Amino acid sequence: MGRRLTLTVFRHNPREASSRPGTRDYVLDETPGMTLFVALGRIRDEQDPGLNFDFVCRAGVCGSCAMLINGRPGLACRTLTAALPERISLFPLPGFELIGDLSVNTGKWMRAMSERLRAWLHDAGDADPDRLEAPMEPATAEAIYELERCIECGCCVAGCGTAQMRPDFVGAVGLNKIARFHLDPRDVRSDADFYEVVGDDSGVFGCMSLLGCQDVCPKGLSLQTQIAWLRRTLARQGW
Amino acid sequence: MNNAPPAPRPSPFSPFRRTSPWPARLDLLQSGSGLFLGLFMWAHMGFVSTILISPDAFWTVARFFEGYFIFGRPYPGLVSLVVALVFAVLVLHAFLALRKFPGDWTQYTVFWRHAGRLGHGDTRLWLLQVATGFAMFFLAPVHLYQMLVHPELIGPWESADRVWSGGFWPLYLVLLLAVELHGGVGLYRLAVKWIGFRDPASARRRLLFLKWGMTVFFLVLGLFSLAAYVKLGMDHADQAGERYRPVGVWNAPVQETRT
Ligand code: SF4
Ligand code: SF4
Ligand code: FES
Repeated sequence: MGRRLTLTVFRHNPREASSRPGTRDYVLDETPGMTLFVALGRIRDEQDPGLNFDFVCRAGVCGSCAMLINGRPGLACRTLTAALPERISLFPLPGFELIGDLSVNTGKWMRAMSERLRAWLHDAGDADPDRLEAPMEPATAEAIYELERCIECGCCVAGCGTAQMRPDFVGAVGLNKIARFHLDPRDVRSDADFYEVVGDDSGVFGCMSLLGCQDVCPKGLSLQTQIAWLRRTLARQGW
Repeated sequence: MNNAPPAPRPSPFSPFRRTSPWPARLDLLQSGSGLFLGLFMWAHMGFVSTILISPDAFWTVARFFEGYFIFGRPYPGLVSLVVALVFAVLVLHAFLALRKFPGDWTQYTVFWRHAGRLGHGDTRLWLLQVATGFAMFFLAPVHLYQMLVHPELIGPWESADRVWSGGFWPLYLVLLLAVELHGGVGLYRLAVKWIGFRDPASARRRLLFLKWGMTVFFLVLGLFSLAAYVKLGMDHADQAGERYRPVGVWNAPVQETRT
């Protein structure tokens, strides 16, 4: 006989004038190997067709299912109910625009952040599709790939006290992106250019090293290492 | 939710708006001043605790910093100089750290709720940092000013009289707790802030272990030292104000009072 779970889920639809933020309890029987994705799907199928939540890949790749699970940011599709107590509370990620219930608009935040940080490759402008690409050291390629694993789920923003207090803070996700392009030999930007976008208290110097980001990142990125490195590199721009 | 998307900022390639170098400098200054104060705090505790060895040991340390063993007579002004330096660094550090304090009611509640919900040690430690830092705005200057203007009154009886007959022990007790907790967390934070660890998880576990070990060690040392001064101060309460004369130290000088 499996456990009987009680899920306390945040319910609110901001586009409906009569909707008031609140929670609703759902009771269901745990099945073997059940993830929160499975649990929420069953609730929507069997108990409450109006429940909003986001899923795409169900495999921890797309980053759309992040939510507060018993207070901690995490991916619902990668969280086994067996790892949780019988009472589970689910809230939307704080710090992002609420779409409804557990669904938040992380995409809007991430896009604004990326545009602000110019988080794309700035090459010398002489890209030629007919020419063979310059080879890259395998070690460099691997280091870049490691940082590219970020899925922009927003957990690090929700787990960061600084980002919660100061909405203009770029978060570990933003700093990680800068570190990624800094590594890339094809990117022509200098330290001074990177300092330009993250060299202040809404960027790397705003980070208070609380390391919530590091501890909740579902991809296990070593954000502490990246932020400390970025801090050392950009601190030199003070002179 | 309350989070507006980040505001657009001037283009990073604009030749007209180079960002100020000051955020980098301020960040380094905050860390540097914190490092200095943290190490000073531990050294200071080492000196103060020599009272646990014997009054003569503490007397020797106090005279040492007055240059007695170099110049043959004590110059308490030397101590004042060091105190002035520490005071200045403290003011600088407090000014810089103030930038990180929650600024208004919303920020306080947001952080408080966040810390409560997350159940995350490092985040809670930051709240401790804010609280103890705030306490020191008021406690540290009292002690520092006293040392600045009366550096010659550092000695077994002199200090003990201040602690007990002068009514300083409650201040020292709270200050001791605040300083040790704040400094310990601060030094730990400095390490994770600047050092890029290969394996952050295990490095942090070890650092936290070390940090709490140091904090407990210095707190216990501090409490025992304070107790020793209280005891000495009680015993000496009848003759409060009398200067200490070393008993066992070679070539004991006649105490000079500053004019
Ligand atoms: S750094 Fe980690 S927690 Fe942050 S968005 Fe990327 S994958 Fe998510
Ligand atoms: S180290 Fe702390 S303050 Fe810095 S980004 Fe991570 S959670 Fe935020
Ligand atoms: S559904 Fe894609 S990460 Fe969970």
